[in-house]
Amino acid sequence: MSSPSNAEPAAIFEPSTAAHTAPLAPTRPFYWSVRRELWEYRSVWIAPLVSAGFVLFGFIIALIRLPAKMHVTRMPPAEVPVGMLSAAQGFAAAVILATSLTVCVIYCLGALNHERRDRSILFWKSLPVSDITTVLSKMFVPMVALPAVAFAVALATQLVQLVLGSAFLATHGMNPAILWNGLLGHIVVGGFYTVIVTALWYAPIYGWLLLVSGWARRVPLLWAVLPLLAVCIVEKIGFDTDYFWSMLFYRITGFAQEAFGGVHIHGGNIVDPLMLLTPDRFVASLGLWIGLAFAAAFLATAIWLRRYRDPG
Amino acid sequence: MACIEAHGLHKAFGATVALAGLDLTVEEGRILGLIGPNGAGKSTLLNAVLGLIPYQGNLNVLGLDPWAARDQLMRDVCFIADVAVLPRWMRVWQAIDYVAGVHPRFDRAKADMFLSRTQIKRTSKVGELSKGMVTQLHLALVMAIDARLLVLDEPTLGLDILYRKQFYDTLLNDYFDRRRTIVVTTHQVEEVQQILTDVMFINHGRIVLATSMEDFEARYLEVTVKPEQLAAARALNPINERQIIGRSVFLFDHADRDKLASLGDVRTPSLADLFVALMSEPRAQGAFA
Repeated sequence: MSSPSNAEPAAIFEPSTAAHTAPLAPTRPFYWSVRRELWEYRSVWIAPLVSAGFVLFGFIIALIRLPAKMHVTRMPPAEVPVGMLSAAQGFAAAVILATSLTVCVIYCLGALNHERRDRSILFWKSLPVSDITTVLSKMFVPMVALPAVAFAVALATQLVQLVLGSAFLATHGMNPAILWNGLLGHIVVGGFYTVIVTALWYAPIYGWLLLVSGWARRVPLLWAVLPLLAVCIVEKIGFDTDYFWSMLFYRITGFAQEAFGGVHIHGGNIVDPLMLLTPDRFVASLGLWIGLAFAAAFLATAIWLRRYRDPG
Repeated sequence: MACIEAHGLHKAFGATVALAGLDLTVEEGRILGLIGPNGAGKSTLLNAVLGLIPYQGNLNVLGLDPWAARDQLMRDVCFIADVAVLPRWMRVWQAIDYVAGVHPRFDRAKADMFLSRTQIKRTSKVGELSKGMVTQLHLALVMAIDARLLVLDEPTLGLDILYRKQFYDTLLNDYFDRRRTIVVTTHQVEEVQQILTDVMFINHGRIVLATSMEDFEARYLEVTVKPEQLAAARALNPINERQIIGRSVFLFDHADRDKLASLGDVRTPSLADLFVALMSEPRAQGAFA
């Protein structure tokens, strides 16, 4: 090993005298932080794709079994595939959305926890990326990335179902045009609306899970859930009321009544699924705004925690 | 301008004082070795310098308050904690893309060149690499950043001697250019002694000794004393005396080299030996006032 007195800077690099006056290369910390999340949590796009695969697999089995069914039912033959297809489409969208929401929860619980457990936070913090950028990039995943993936996968799945259904109708001498009537309204507008509404409504849940993920050393799931249950139990036993539970229940299911509150039954038939949508009522609901305020508070705390906590 | 300047730096974790009003100045272009026992406050000092923890007192790194401006500071400061901190799930190309995407002073061509000297494949996951290769990868990333201060906290922990030697050789030959400042902590003192320009001993949150290596070599001498000269050696007020396979080795501070030569073989002590002497010998307390 050479001593400092005879160690010369390597000839391959000219020591650049202008190094620190040179303009800094442009960087995109937020963009790359999100990319980083998608590299680490590949389930963000794999899980919705896998559930779409199962949905389509089941759908193909149903199509194969359909001719036999058309003979035994008393309905007009054309209504059987149309009814089946419309139900299958709704089901596909619901399954993919549910998968994506599940991934959101699992993602949030790990997002600020894994980096401390494997100490990689010391690597992330050695780079010029602020705690605000990091935490917001993690919130971006359940708020934007996963809903976008869910929407795209659901749309693609439903289009495949339509194409397969049309081919089925055509080969059985029926006109596939009736399948395509509701296409735009049902699957594009409805799907888009649903992912936006659920993301906004669940924002405080994601914020809470991220906060607990950054706070708990281990088992963030338990820390996220058990304290809330404890409050419910104490309230129930101590006061014999269940306001807190109602609040939690409203947070989990309330988007349905606020965002899909339209009258949709008319003489027992669904007239137009888009009549279900009540964006005005959703935007005007206090629950949405209180939830977003809580989400902001949880995120601010998570940012504060990541900054103040001794990372070592 | 000094690279790091601290006055009355204080940090306590509950009742435990990690930094007890520490003063320090590190000029630019130095390679400082920070040496101390476990729990001495080394990592706390480095964490404060890196803006990872809040503190009391004044601390200035490259003209910035690290706690208030960590993200800005990290454009000019690089940091290798130890071999374990690169995320195991990450692939080599992802690490390069990410650092290139967030760091304004990262030179991808340099990183590629450093990696091409190793066996590391672009498509490998960090978790699939050996400890030594992970360190090579981290070093390649860091050396490709045109930083002004590099902080190394036990960078070669758990590596075999070949990787350790290669680590410091690479650092010295391909990175250090007398403009940059390097601060390194390690327990493998012998391995860094030759590359340091300055050394600092730290214990109980205080600086016990801060000296340049030239002053260290001029000031401290170690003598293997002939048996018949033991009394004479003791009369010269050594700061430490120890036995090595039946021979007495004395450590002197500010002693006359010619006088010592008459007692036995004189040489520059190792930092490790001086460290042990200063840390364990109560009567040495006066030696570094």
